Amino acid sequence: MPATREAPPPGGGAAPLLTMRNVSKSFLGVRVLHDVSLDLAAGEVHALVGENGAGKSTLMKVLAGEHVPDSGTIELDGTTHAFTHPQQAQAAGVGIIHQEFALLEHRTVAENVFLGREPTRYGMVDRRAMERRTGELLAELGESGVSPRAHVRDLSVARRQTVEIVKALASDVRVLVMDEPTAPLAEHEARLLHALVRRLADRGLGILYISHRLREVFELSHRITVLKDGRHVTTVPTADTDTDTIVRAMVGRELGAYYPPRARPGETGGTALTLRGGGNRRLHGIDLDLRSGEVTGIAGLQGSGRTSLARALFGAAPFTEGDMTVGGRTLRPRSPREAIRAGIALVTEDRKGEGLALRQSVRDNALLVTRAVPGQQHASAARGLAGLLDRVRLQARGGSDQQVQFLSGGNQQKVVIAKWLAAAPKVLLFDEPTRGVDVGAKAAIHTLVRDLAKEGLAVLIISSELPELIGMSDRILVMSDGRLAGELPAGAPEEDIMRLATGPADEGTAAA
Amino acid sequence: MTPTALAPAVAQPGPKPRRVKLTDPAVGVWLAAAVVIVLGWLIVTLDGGSFFARANITTILSNCVALGLVAVGQSAVILTGSLDLSVAYLISLGTLVAAETMQDGSVVTGVLAVLALSVAVGLANGLIVTGLKVNAFIATLGTAFILRGWIEDNYTGPAGQVPASFRHLGYDRIGPVPVSVFLLAAVAAAVWFLTRRTRLGHHMYATGGDEHAARLSGVRTRRTVVVAHVICSLCVGAAALFLASRLGAGAPWAGTEARYDLESIAAVVLGGTALAGGRGGVAGTLGGVLILAVLDSVFNQLSVDPFFKNVVRGVVIIAAVALYARRGRKTA
Repeated sequence: MPATREAPPPGGGAAPLLTMRNVSKSFLGVRVLHDVSLDLAAGEVHALVGENGAGKSTLMKVLAGEHVPDSGTIELDGTTHAFTHPQQAQAAGVGIIHQEFALLEHRTVAENVFLGREPTRYGMVDRRAMERRTGELLAELGESGVSPRAHVRDLSVARRQTVEIVKALASDVRVLVMDEPTAPLAEHEARLLHALVRRLADRGLGILYISHRLREVFELSHRITVLKDGRHVTTVPTADTDTDTIVRAMVGRELGAYYPPRARPGETGGTALTLRGGGNRRLHGIDLDLRSGEVTGIAGLQGSGRTSLARALFGAAPFTEGDMTVGGRTLRPRSPREAIRAGIALVTEDRKGEGLALRQSVRDNALLVTRAVPGQQHASAARGLAGLLDRVRLQARGGSDQQVQFLSGGNQQKVVIAKWLAAAPKVLLFDEPTRGVDVGAKAAIHTLVRDLAKEGLAVLIISSELPELIGMSDRILVMSDGRLAGELPAGAPEEDIMRLATGPADEGTAAA
Repeated sequence: MTPTALAPAVAQPGPKPRRVKLTDPAVGVWLAAAVVIVLGWLIVTLDGGSFFARANITTILSNCVALGLVAVGQSAVILTGSLDLSVAYLISLGTLVAAETMQDGSVVTGVLAVLALSVAVGLANGLIVTGLKVNAFIATLGTAFILRGWIEDNYTGPAGQVPASFRHLGYDRIGPVPVSVFLLAAVAAAVWFLTRRTRLGHHMYATGGDEHAARLSGVRTRRTVVVAHVICSLCVGAAALFLASRLGAGAPWAGTEARYDLESIAAVVLGGTALAGGRGGVAGTLGGVLILAVLDSVFNQLSVDPFFKNVVRGVVIIAAVALYARRGRKTA
């Protein structure tokens, strides 16, 4: 049973170690933090939870000096700070462990720990002192198994994380921010990390712990703060609350938007794609059927394997095991080219990086696939270009000669969709189809997705926005830790999805 | 809830033992150099020549010096994640400045003038790369064109003359070892010390390895790149002084005829330094230089077709880098 930590936050009554007051931050006119306040005591593990895009990471980057807030104050040990550079936050005692590590793979552990602060002796870097101190810090954390001389490239992800923590400790941090530290870890590694976090708190550090995994939040934290849409919702002692209350606080929102009607029974056709036991480094035992005429939604937290699944189906990061058939043909694509020829298309989450050649015209982008892959009807696609662009309702002032970098996010996304429609796919995969798209274009893309399903395409849609996923999907598969954690019917409530997504990997529907 | 029932059966792997040093490119390239020497000796001996003749050893070592000095400097910039294509023209200009200054003044003023020129060019390269944020390839190609323009506008052939005393550097030897080898050894040792033993060196590796991570750790990455460029140019200045001593005069073709720009990059890469930076070092580079010099010597003794010689050089460099790439993928 998860044991709630019974100890109250130490230092009760005394001034908190850290106070962030009324912090606001906008990017390009979009407010991502509204008057958020937060405090942290020495020795406390304070969990920060919220859906994707709730503002957790932005708040922490403000604290770490990576973003300068528009307003609000940061007080550390009674001193007010205005950080404008990460170095200032470091000097004040704030350490942050990002999801992506900032380690030099080809340098040793000790060299990484002391990077930028190498001790010297007679003008020479005192390698011995550096390695000794690193060894001591590692031993204090119970990680004597890691050699200070080991190269970071030879360490597991969990060990690399330990190195990041040691790096923070070596610079005398008082406040340690951990941004989803267990996301890349296996279950047993996560447990070791939990023990480590407890030891650090016992030593008097204040720890801000961002996590999507509610079970560990309840095991570890003294208090929980919920953020939603950039606002502070609540801060409660962990002992006084439960998972359902926190989940409700995280999602509590109305399905206000309009979504096109779902498929009626009988509108879905035969199976366009089947997968049995699909797996690779990040995915395990995935069984999946995509039917023509149906929109299948994939829910899951960041790092749960949603994007990996789409990329595996598309051959970009192929499956290494399992059987797959597309349109009745047995085929496990080993490259995007094979997938495209089999009739699979992927609208990636990174529109600018992977979806478009930004400096090329709408025409060049829309015809990219048909030009590149043999067996595609390039000539007819070129003739049908105008019809294609009409079909996706593209609004470009310069017509098909316009460079796509000058289009709005919504219109850029329509060009990506047009590109795939030109290749006449049978299976269309969407990864975050409306990310960074304005409300009007969002509705247009939703309608378009539904129309494509009605025309007989099998559609798979991944979205971090649960309302969108629920509004669009005819059924919802929930992923967790690289596995399918369960299937929910159309219109399932957000709470059910979050429960499957945040639940332990060993529950769920192993039998299904 | 019985999570233990599904606990992973695989035990967590312990820390890996320290890598066998043979896979370190710096060690590998010296082994390769030894193999090349043995093969060269066999081939030359079978051909009826004598590989280990005193004159041949002196030639090989002497040939190592100029390329070695440039390649050591090139290692410093490449480690830091930059590149210097202006080295060939800096050598040419350096020999001219040395010879002309020494003709009118003393050896000391000549040396100082060349070093001052080197610092200026290195600073310019570094500041263009970091301040104007011009890609190093283009930035140093640009300075190369500027230096070339200056040379072609002012010189049509050899100019100046170095005093006889200065020519000892190029021609004296102790046993079979030219004294200039000690210049290379001193410069290489200095750069090795800087890169491996000082904070600056650690920051060079960090900047080349991951500039963003280095900056987040408080490293002044721009300054590091500028200093690396100055170090490189100073090494190139030393090469220019050596060549001026060899030639007895300054020559507009001193650096370009032997293609020190691309040759030095080839030697650095052959020595196991990653072209992207952050990995490698001076020791490997010297091994790379030795391999290239021995190959040259063997081909000269056999007087083979220059086409064949260049094919072998090309194959060796490509094979070396392909080998490093394989290794890098396995450890990634």
